[in-house]
Amino acid sequence: MSKTVAQTRALVEKSLRRRRLAELRFQAYGIAAVSIGVLFVILLFGSIIAKGAPAFRQAYVTLDVFIDPEVLYPDGTVDTELLATADYVALVRGSLKQRFMDVEGRAATRQLVELVSGSAVQDLQALVQADPKRVGTHQMLTFLADDKVDQYLKGNITRSTPEVDRSLSDQQLDWVDALKASKALELRFNKVFFTHGDSREPEQAGVWGAVVGSLYTLGVTLLLSFPVAVATAIYLEEFARRNRWTDLIEVNINNLAAVPSIVYGLLGLAMFLNFFGMPRSAPLVGGLVLALLTLPTIIIASRAALKGVPPSIREAAIGMGASPIQTVLHHVLPLAMPGMLTGTIIGMARALGETAPLLMIGMVAFIVDVPGSLSSPATVLPVQVFLWADSPERAFVERTSGAILVLLAFLVLMNATAVILRNRFERRW
Amino acid sequence: MTDIANSTVPPVPPECKTTGVVTVPQPLITARGVNVFYGDKRALKDVSIDIANNQVLAMIGPSGCGKSTFLRCFNRMNDTIDGARVTGSLQLEGQDIYEKRQDVVQLRARIGMVFQKPNPFPKSIYDNVAYGPRIHGLAADRIELDEIVQTSLKRAGLWEEVKDRLAAPGTSLSGGQQQRLCIARTIAVNPEVILMDEPCSALDPIATARIEDLIDELRASYAIIIVTHSMQQAARVSQRTAYFHLGDLIEVGETDRIFTNPRHKLTEDYITGRFG
Amino acid sequence: MTHSVLLVALAVLVVIAFWVGKSRALSLAGGSSRNLHSLPGYYGLLTALWCAIPALIVMSVWSLGQDAILTHLVTTSMPTTLQLAQGSSHDLLLNEIRNVVAGNVPAELARPEVVTAAREYSRLRGIADLSLAALVLVVALFGLFVVRARLAPTLRARNAVERIVELLLLACSTIAVFVTLGIVLSVVYESLRFFHAVPVHEFLFGLDWSPQTAIRADQVGSSGAFGAVPLFLGTLMISGIAMLVAVPVGLFSAIYLAEYADRRLRSVIKPVLEVLAGIPTVVYGFFAALTVGPLLRGIGESVGLDVSSESALSAGLVMGIMIIPFISSLADDMISAVPQSLRDGAYALGATRSETIRQVVLLAALPGIVGGVLLAISRAIGETMIVVMAAGLSAKMTANPLEAVTTVTVQIVTLLTGDQEFDSPKTLAAFALGLVLFVVTLVLNVIALKVVRKYREQYE
Repeated sequence: MSKTVAQTRALVEKSLRRRRLAELRFQAYGIAAVSIGVLFVILLFGSIIAKGAPAFRQAYVTLDVFIDPEVLYPDGTVDTELLATADYVALVRGSLKQRFMDVEGRAATRQLVELVSGSAVQDLQALVQADPKRVGTHQMLTFLADDKVDQYLKGNITRSTPEVDRSLSDQQLDWVDALKASKALELRFNKVFFTHGDSREPEQAGVWGAVVGSLYTLGVTLLLSFPVAVATAIYLEEFARRNRWTDLIEVNINNLAAVPSIVYGLLGLAMFLNFFGMPRSAPLVGGLVLALLTLPTIIIASRAALKGVPPSIREAAIGMGASPIQTVLHHVLPLAMPGMLTGTIIGMARALGETAPLLMIGMVAFIVDVPGSLSSPATVLPVQVFLWADSPERAFVERTSGAILVLLAFLVLMNATAVILRNRFERRW
Repeated sequence: MTDIANSTVPPVPPECKTTGVVTVPQPLITARGVNVFYGDKRALKDVSIDIANNQVLAMIGPSGCGKSTFLRCFNRMNDTIDGARVTGSLQLEGQDIYEKRQDVVQLRARIGMVFQKPNPFPKSIYDNVAYGPRIHGLAADRIELDEIVQTSLKRAGLWEEVKDRLAAPGTSLSGGQQQRLCIARTIAVNPEVILMDEPCSALDPIATARIEDLIDELRASYAIIIVTHSMQQAARVSQRTAYFHLGDLIEVGETDRIFTNPRHKLTEDYITGRFG
Repeated sequence: MTHSVLLVALAVLVVIAFWVGKSRALSLAGGSSRNLHSLPGYYGLLTALWCAIPALIVMSVWSLGQDAILTHLVTTSMPTTLQLAQGSSHDLLLNEIRNVVAGNVPAELARPEVVTAAREYSRLRGIADLSLAALVLVVALFGLFVVRARLAPTLRARNAVERIVELLLLACSTIAVFVTLGIVLSVVYESLRFFHAVPVHEFLFGLDWSPQTAIRADQVGSSGAFGAVPLFLGTLMISGIAMLVAVPVGLFSAIYLAEYADRRLRSVIKPVLEVLAGIPTVVYGFFAALTVGPLLRGIGESVGLDVSSESALSAGLVMGIMIIPFISSLADDMISAVPQSLRDGAYALGATRSETIRQVVLLAALPGIVGGVLLAISRAIGETMIVVMAAGLSAKMTANPLEAVTTVTVQIVTLLTGDQEFDSPKTLAAFALGLVLFVVTLVLNVIALKVVRKYREQYE
């Protein structure tokens, strides 16, 4: 019938081996899962940093340019008006031909000029127009090299690829090597990347336009969502009586927090653009949509911060004869503020990385200019990443990763601020 | 159980200042100079005592005196607490409990434990009791498992109350029933020792009386060590009583003797209610 | 920006109102604030609030309605030949007029009628702006003087101000409800228009999705072109793959970190995994399209499998990575919420660690974990950027994860980006898809939140 102690002991003993193995197996699953997670993090960051780091350097070519009066004033009359329409390409071409005397024929010359970015012409024009006295002088000028040259210097285009399969010919590679050998061509810090807006030419494309767009958009988001969220949290936490209406608001907030972001984009499109006729692609509308999107996050964080303030503080204030509003404004709110700010920064970080809803309201347009106001067309950093990721040029891959690194740098900054804020001001009661 | 145990009983170390007789003939468990540290804090100081079979040992003392800590040494439940360290010797039938090669699983199958708050698993009543036999592979088939569950519930005095709803969740029972379910769960593994950590502190007087009756019945088959806050309970259920004070084992003796004629001043103060 | 000038003017007026109220109250009290019911500042605040709030309300209502009214006026004043245009060409015409007004299109290039209309529009807008400014200032001054006249030492200014503040707080808290309402209204309204052209059952159960051809062949709403089933299947497949990655990895890492890892390891690994949660989805999309996609393709080639460069597998895999921290932090919460006494019970019976975790801890945490997984699924379904960048556009009915598939969110983006008229079934279809997305995620969320809340209550 019932087993003796010795029998039980034998049975337990018998089960041990199997169970020890099961234990080890289970633990191995855990280690494997953690390793996979960490591996993903490393792979993700590794691939983006490896791809993006070269974007911060760019090939520049330094040329001795003779600002030839015969080219600028073809009929010999000195007229600064003519400088606006003159043939600056000829100056660049002349400078390059001076450097490579043996180049003959139109096709070869065109190939040679291709090595310098199109922006060289604009740079040159700006320089001459700024000071017409430069006409007739020799100038050592540094221009952006073409993106293909840049890619060759970075090793993304190699001679070992058959000539037909690469975008630079053998002849061009020889010139590039010659320029490089004479130190006229070198990789430098890529200032353009941080100061320019978007461009179709990879070497002229920068993130500054997107950064400014992001700042405008986030500014609108912050101004709208923070006060409303804090007010909502205060009302729900400190004043609202529990009834159907406040229940409805609560359920609403919880559900809004989990609505896919693209649905907010649909709201923005149907409501703000089509119904209220607000401008497309504008930071104002983007900020508005993102404000609605971050509202639940900030409300939830703010309520948690208010909940963290112990009731004894409120009782003390009310006991001194303070009105409910005074209690909240003078005593509760200052204590809850660090928590609210932390939540807000985290919400803003989320808004900064948000892409999908902005696609809906037209912030995907190709915009070269750095936006100047809340209603001028703009794009934001993550959308810029999206746009560049779609571009076929090899040079845009590194720029996309570079833009991601800029985006991540902002996010790290924001999250670090949130963490510092929390550690500094968080009180345990 | 086996006689070799007698020959290897270690001597009581000289630093043991406990009043009364700590040894028993044919001990099941011997503790010699046991210390427990939580980090730097010494929660138990040089405790030596023997545990006899088929007997209830009550451990009493004020809060924080180390009695629960000592109880959790027997089945190595202190292992689950970060920074806890046990020194000294604890032997179950001559086998060191804290030896490296000792498998805690095996140990805990032999030394069962009932906790202060009833903690049935979020499973059915049947599965709660069947859990131990299942993991240890004690039942060859379903019929045998049914039999173990039934026997255990009967011995825990719960069978009549739950036999029609074995599939109901264990948490649906009342507090007293839950605690008896936990006892049934423990005896289903067929242990040799049962540790009870204030098993009645969360229960009403009627449920407490039932558990106390149960402890008295179970004494026939097991060695039982019970930690209790209530001196009346210790007097009612135990044959031997140990009094702890600030991590020291002050006095051990027959329960009747301790309550009628305590030899140590601290014991006397405690049982006469001068503090505690 | 006449609005900003107006706002500045209003702000100046409000500051003046504050001082007027405050000094008036003080002078009424004979210069001693002890004779007043409230502090003098409250009288100033009360005046300022009554000056600002009505004026702001008038201003926002006017601004929201102005465009619609002006457009209507301009349209009715236009020659009848232009008025006849209906539907989308009407919108086009309005766009043309707006472009001329904004100076995007030089007046010389536009049609003369349009230029006339644009002039009319500009003239009307000038009048409207002026009258708005006048109205706002009058309302503000009216508020100022009415309150000033009613100020008295016995007036309970603080109570009045606090009442207003409380009402403002209440108003803010209702915004959340209005957002939901706005989402529902805009999505449902446009979807209903779509369902006029395409029957609901065809949309929900049709097997053929090709919105592009539907427009080209001029067969709007003809059968089959808007059958969303392939999109639903694609969404399900990618979300399924994502969950296959995220649930085991997330759950097991949470278990390992909560139950096995020592504190030091835990304090290092946990933040590392949480980093994954803070990365923007567009970054994941880029990673999927440029790293994982080619990687899988390469692996496929080496074992002789044909993996397309945009595949459900790469999108799902990366989406799974994104969801790992979501699952693991939720599971961690749930596991730590399981009381220690249950673990002790199992250990005391002689259960090993893994037996305790599998059969007791996870069992107890199961409802919470299920809720978390439901939330994660709803997230996967609504995720947009990863699939837009890595899943592709082909609406195929396939069960092969190595092929490109498309999802609901991808189609919403594709249908709505780029220049197109707003009223075509093609764009409206995006809203119908949005409605489906909204309803499905809402249902998942409601269930998940209920399950999680019930679980929390159980152990509190």
